[in-house]
Amino acid sequence: MAKVLMKGNEALAEAAIQAGCRHYFGYPITPQNEVTAYMAKRMPEVGGVFLQAESEVSAINMVYGAGGAGARVMTSTSSPGLSLMQEGISYLAGAQVPCVIVNIMRGGPGLGDIQGAQGDYFQSTKGGGHGDYKLIVLAPSTIQEMADLVQEAFDIADEYRNPVVILGDGMLGQMMEPVDFENVKKTKRNLPEKTWATTGRGNREHRNVINSLYIDPPVLEKHNYVLFEKYKRAEQNEVRYEMVNCDDAEVILVAYGTMARVAKNVMNIARREGHKVGLIRPISLWPFPKEPFKKTVDQVKGYLVVEMSMGQMVEDVQLATECKKPVHFYGRPAGMIPEPSVMLEKIKQIAGGAR
Amino acid sequence: MAVVFEKTKGLTDVPFSYCPGCTHGIIHRLVAEAMEELGVLDKAIGVASVGCSVFAYEFFNCDMQQAAHGRAPAVATGIKRVHPDKVVFTYQGDGDLAAIGTAEIVHAAARGENITVIFVNNANYGMTGGQMAPTTLIGQETLTTPYGRKAEVNGYPIRMSEMLSTLEGVAYIERTAVYDVKHVIQAKKAIKNAFLAQIQKKGFSMIEVLSTCPTNWGMTPVEALKWVKDQMEPYYPLGVYKNTLEEVK
Amino acid sequence: MEERIIFAGFGGQGVLTMGLIITYAGMLEGKNVSWTPSYGPEMRGGTANCNVTVSDDEVGSPVIIEATSVVVMNRPSLDKYESYVIPGGKLFVNTSLVDRKPQRKDIEVYEVPANEIASELGNLKVANMVMLGAFVEATKVVKMETVLKALPEVFGKGKEHMMAINEEALEKGAELIINMVSTK
Repeated sequence: MAKVLMKGNEALAEAAIQAGCRHYFGYPITPQNEVTAYMAKRMPEVGGVFLQAESEVSAINMVYGAGGAGARVMTSTSSPGLSLMQEGISYLAGAQVPCVIVNIMRGGPGLGDIQGAQGDYFQSTKGGGHGDYKLIVLAPSTIQEMADLVQEAFDIADEYRNPVVILGDGMLGQMMEPVDFENVKKTKRNLPEKTWATTGRGNREHRNVINSLYIDPPVLEKHNYVLFEKYKRAEQNEVRYEMVNCDDAEVILVAYGTMARVAKNVMNIARREGHKVGLIRPISLWPFPKEPFKKTVDQVKGYLVVEMSMGQMVEDVQLATECKKPVHFYGRPAGMIPEPSVMLEKIKQIAGGAR
Repeated sequence: MAVVFEKTKGLTDVPFSYCPGCTHGIIHRLVAEAMEELGVLDKAIGVASVGCSVFAYEFFNCDMQQAAHGRAPAVATGIKRVHPDKVVFTYQGDGDLAAIGTAEIVHAAARGENITVIFVNNANYGMTGGQMAPTTLIGQETLTTPYGRKAEVNGYPIRMSEMLSTLEGVAYIERTAVYDVKHVIQAKKAIKNAFLAQIQKKGFSMIEVLSTCPTNWGMTPVEALKWVKDQMEPYYPLGVYKNTLEEVK
Repeated sequence: MEERIIFAGFGGQGVLTMGLIITYAGMLEGKNVSWTPSYGPEMRGGTANCNVTVSDDEVGSPVIIEATSVVVMNRPSLDKYESYVIPGGKLFVNTSLVDRKPQRKDIEVYEVPANEIASELGNLKVANMVMLGAFVEATKVVKMETVLKALPEVFGKGKEHMMAINEEALEKGAELIINMVSTK
């Protein structure tokens, strides 16, 4: 099979099926509806389960049940739906149940609008649900990368026994690009057997229990340390990013997802106009890539973070640069696309020494 | 020496954490015995809920998952869709099932989800200290209805068995009680029927059990049993509300 | 080479399909392509548009602000997108449904009475194919033969009976441009 032209939402659904996902639970919400429609059609063809839940609250708890029972399971939603899922996500993290959660972000807060936006960065990377936990968050910027990362996400989820979030936006969900499913970039991993899953006891000596309740504080404390050991491992092994033209850069643009594509265009224009501009594109939003900033912070005059929000990832960039150099921000919320002309203007200001 | 009585293999050795006189213990044992007698312990997967029975995963001697408040039917749905040939059950209280988890239980039933629900109705929130539940009776005093539940303020208690039995997807629903030996025996029969409905792939099954809460009701265990019979049973009539079983034993 | 094209019109005029055909043809020719639709409640009966990029390089922003070509199938689309064309870029106007002249003097304007030609062919639905024929002939963004290869892929099964008239419509649109150039 050569390349096929697919919408992002359809490509991610197909990628999940090709990654062995046979259970999908979801609830309709724009702009990710093509995922549910695709799954409803494809799952029966591959002997899998598609179930439309009565709410996102139910959908994420079905994911918890199926993931706990040992299945490769996925749900997908858009921003308001992800808010409803936060309770379940906290339980999934607490009980160490692997799954893949897709958020095709739209403008907020509240009902907001249905255009692609990036306002859920904090919610995905800093918690969202209650308690100390981390989600591994991957942000594709092309449809091919969407397909690649979804397949990788299932492996990461299984390796770490942790939910993995694919953070896209309405634009990525709706747009079409060619996808090659045969040459998917995937890390080789030795995935552990799911000996912990609730499959019915059978001949097993012990009972398997999926649980996040540890009523004795010292026991819960120990459980939290176990989780954080795991998160530390993820921080060492699961950082992903792309650096473009950073070697000689005086100004570095920082953007993820759809926004990084716009930023790359602006970088090229600025280069043609003679400005030394580079781009850092975090692919894993958690763990956040600190290395590219350590490598460049001494050489640059400043960074320009661009987001389709009022500024969320910019805080992680400030932390990663330890505020050694100015970190500027430009963004627009509500699904409006930050203007390339404004970005260019800001690049020139930073190159000119603006602080 | 001949064995006269043996504890069911369906329960672990962990001592129950329930208050003295509470009938949760009896209901646990009935569920465990039913599973053992039907020979499904090795393929049973239970879902514990939030409430007094939050630790049910410690007590049932089978694979268990602990669910968020009210979400047990959704979690059980996820499990059952992965393992359609295993026996999946939830064990939920009235706050969990009839308040915060209303959507989940109604839609699991409407889908005819092939799971078994054990619904323990003790007319109040036990674990949090005795607040009003959706099943609290009119006039009943609780922490949050200190002057008695008033219909004009709090509305009326919900009869879940009656409500759910109207749904097409439901295979078996019965309301039972455990305030005397006769009813305990009947309750066990009912629970077995519910599991049988699942084994026969008939669809959703639920057994509501009227239960006691002597601690929060401020009664002795004996008074509490009597209160179930005199006060609860008239509002929550016992009996089979739906039965599609091939043969009822 | 990078072509950034906006196709715009009423929902039901087939503007998303026009974009898809160009995108598909671009992919068949080994180019990098991207197709981004407008979406939302306004689509049902309202205006629709899509952004298409066909490029030798990696496709950057999927949202087009500076279009090399804009195709407008109705008046509201002309009002909205005339300003998006870069100086020297191309604007294709469906004069059957647009009752004013474009104001820009720094762009090439192609006037195509797409609906009239389509109704002469016996099916108003192929107005988009007439326009597409003109667009492909004028821009050469992809080869006409590749467009013909893309057609059955985009339309899928069940639309085979439309193939002949679609091809005819493409030809009529292309002819119009050829004649335009030769009379200039």
